[in-house]
Amino acid sequence: MLRAEQPSRKIPIWRDERALKVVAQVISSLAILGLLYWLIDNFLVITQQRGMPLTYGFLKEAAGFPIKESFIPYDSTMSFGRAVLVGLINTLVVSAGGILFATLLGFIIGLMRLSSNWLISRIALAYIEFHRNIPLLVLLFLWYFGIFTKLPGVQQSITIPEILYINQRGFYLIWPRLVEGGMIFLAFSLTGVILAVIAWVVLRHIREVRGKETYFGRVSLAILVLVPLMGWFISGSHPVQLDVPILQGYNFQGGLRLTTEFTALLIGLAMYTSAFIAEVIRSGIQAVNKGQIEAAKAVGLNSTQVLMLIIIPQAMRVIIPPLISQYLNLTKNSSLALAIGYQELFAIGKVTINQAGRAIPVFILIMATYLIISLITSLILNIYNKRVQFIER
Amino acid sequence: MATIPLDTAPPKAPTALEWIRKNLFNNWYNSLLTIAGVTLVYFALVSIITWAFTSANWRPITVAPLLYLVGQYPREELWRAGLSLLIISLLLGMSWGVWRNYVRLFAIFLGVLFAVLAVFPLDTPTITVPIRLVMAASAGMVFLGYRLGRIKTILGRYVATLWLVAMILIPLVILPGFSNSSVLPKVPTTVWGGLLITMILSVGGIVLSFPFGVLLALGRRSSLPVVKWFSIIFIEIVRGVPLVTILFMFSIILALFLPTEARIDRVVRALMGIVFFSAAYTAENVRGGLQAIPPGQEEAAKALGLKNFQITSLIVLPQALRLVIPTTVGQFISLFKDTTLVYIVGINDLLGIGNAILNLNPEFVRLQMEVYLFIAVIFWIFSYFMSYASLQLEKALGVGKR
Repeated sequence: MLRAEQPSRKIPIWRDERALKVVAQVISSLAILGLLYWLIDNFLVITQQRGMPLTYGFLKEAAGFPIKESFIPYDSTMSFGRAVLVGLINTLVVSAGGILFATLLGFIIGLMRLSSNWLISRIALAYIEFHRNIPLLVLLFLWYFGIFTKLPGVQQSITIPEILYINQRGFYLIWPRLVEGGMIFLAFSLTGVILAVIAWVVLRHIREVRGKETYFGRVSLAILVLVPLMGWFISGSHPVQLDVPILQGYNFQGGLRLTTEFTALLIGLAMYTSAFIAEVIRSGIQAVNKGQIEAAKAVGLNSTQVLMLIIIPQAMRVIIPPLISQYLNLTKNSSLALAIGYQELFAIGKVTINQAGRAIPVFILIMATYLIISLITSLILNIYNKRVQFIER
Repeated sequence: MATIPLDTAPPKAPTALEWIRKNLFNNWYNSLLTIAGVTLVYFALVSIITWAFTSANWRPITVAPLLYLVGQYPREELWRAGLSLLIISLLLGMSWGVWRNYVRLFAIFLGVLFAVLAVFPLDTPTITVPIRLVMAASAGMVFLGYRLGRIKTILGRYVATLWLVAMILIPLVILPGFSNSSVLPKVPTTVWGGLLITMILSVGGIVLSFPFGVLLALGRRSSLPVVKWFSIIFIEIVRGVPLVTILFMFSIILALFLPTEARIDRVVRALMGIVFFSAAYTAENVRGGLQAIPPGQEEAAKALGLKNFQITSLIVLPQALRLVIPTTVGQFISLFKDTTLVYIVGINDLLGIGNAILNLNPEFVRLQMEVYLFIAVIFWIFSYFMSYASLQLEKALGVGKR
């Protein structure tokens, strides 16, 4: 009896989960491939009609358009590839500057937000709410068109004599430049920093292992000061010269010149992102369990030690991941520079598309560059996350 | 028997003076900070107010308020925009009546704003009496809706359905019309603009990107490798590039991948870009919620004999979505702000209209501060109310409290 019933109990193929999965796989891959095939087929027809080959040979051709500011030598006779590189460097420079200022400002605002002083906390809240609820593009327009294009002319510059001159053409800033022999000083300074870091790590490790005070903080600080000082004297006491901007005729000569476009973008990005960073910092510090602080105090740590050894290391665990994603956002948001005329990667990519007439290759290049930046960032983040994970028991 | 000693009575509320001492002058550096802060706030407020009421020139805003609202939408067809406004006001009022706290502040604010706009003196002939009447009627609609919403038989899900109907009806029927209709003649999207476009793009973006985002999040956790890897690649690529590049892709590059006879409306293309972009972010938020659901839930559902589809739609998703409400609202706020980027691909949203007005008249050419501040205030108000509603919702659901 039982044996006779067995075959009918077998699951029919249309209800067998394994079979259904295979079918679903096949259907979904067919759908995706079909869509891709349709798009590419259309694309090939159109490119044949218009004659736009999918090659990157044009990158070697002369670009033929000027770029207003560049951190590497560039003129319009150089190649498209060079122009795109200029754009990438412009993106990286404004992002690095933005990240630096946004972090500083974000820390300050975040700490202000946690202040026991009601007024200071409210000022920080107002700053955060102002920036978080307004589109970045509008903020950039406010800075650039609302303020920077209305700066006075060169002759009426807003001035801190010998240090800073602000006018319509940009910001002219006093800037240290290396003179002959300056490289020695630079080399000594770098060595000093490296030695100081090594001393810090090694001595601190020794203290942790042996439990003996090794004064790692003071020793590495001494190295940090003394080694560059040696370099200063060896290089003849004048390794750097301060380059002061001077008004000559209708323009400033010397100093560091930042264009109004660059400065507006830098300020706008930094202030916008700092509001988000402030919230990250606040939530990170608040995430540290109160019991931790009380326990640390009970063990007899003083308030600096509580801050440095208990609060900051634990808060950092919470702060770093969203902080890095804010950095990434800032880098991607720098593409809004297009609207205020700072020529970074995306803006130059757009000009290149018009000049070279190769929409797809240029577009793929731009997307790939941004993707690589993102992937590197998330790689760093993943490594960090693995290292600081709580080891749960 | 233990008696309760009298001195365990709750502490008295601090007096104003005590509060000031405790919160502003509790030690010497806080006192210094307070004085510095008061000085800073005082001078900032005084200079802003002086500027706003004396040297600022608000003509670019008062001369053409309709442009900011609807752009170049034909003035003889303006009743359609007015009708849409009345419908939305009514629904907003009903939402206030049904859901109370979440919408109250915003509904009252808009109602009062409409009432003020109805009587606000403007020396421009573009604001006619019918427009003022529509504004007054909208204010009335908000409060009428509130009364309706308070009726016990009107439930949240009816109002939600009505919203959905309105969201389909307004941007697809009332505003664009039909090419061979005499009542609703065709109005091409090229003349739409201002707040109208901003609202359509952001509401459309939110409503459409959410289901796609949920599907992608489920796809990323799927056991089918094809679906899983497609979702992962899609999400990571979209999240790795700026929104401008995506908008640019849809506005210019997409045409190269479609048959030459296929022409997609440019507002629709921008909306596609926004949905594309936002879906990837929503997917990651939803994935966070899905990961937080303990596996026991799914196992229990399986043990009860539920099918896979039922497990996902009845057990896992409802719990996961509730968890991610705060982050999703945050994502919607940034989507709303990001709609300004369509200005870069040449669509006259609020920001685009602002720029158009600045170029309209040589006398406005240096009044960027006024125009952009006005736009900033509009964005600020909407974003602020969204985050306020999210905060209320978070409190009510007790997210993070268990």
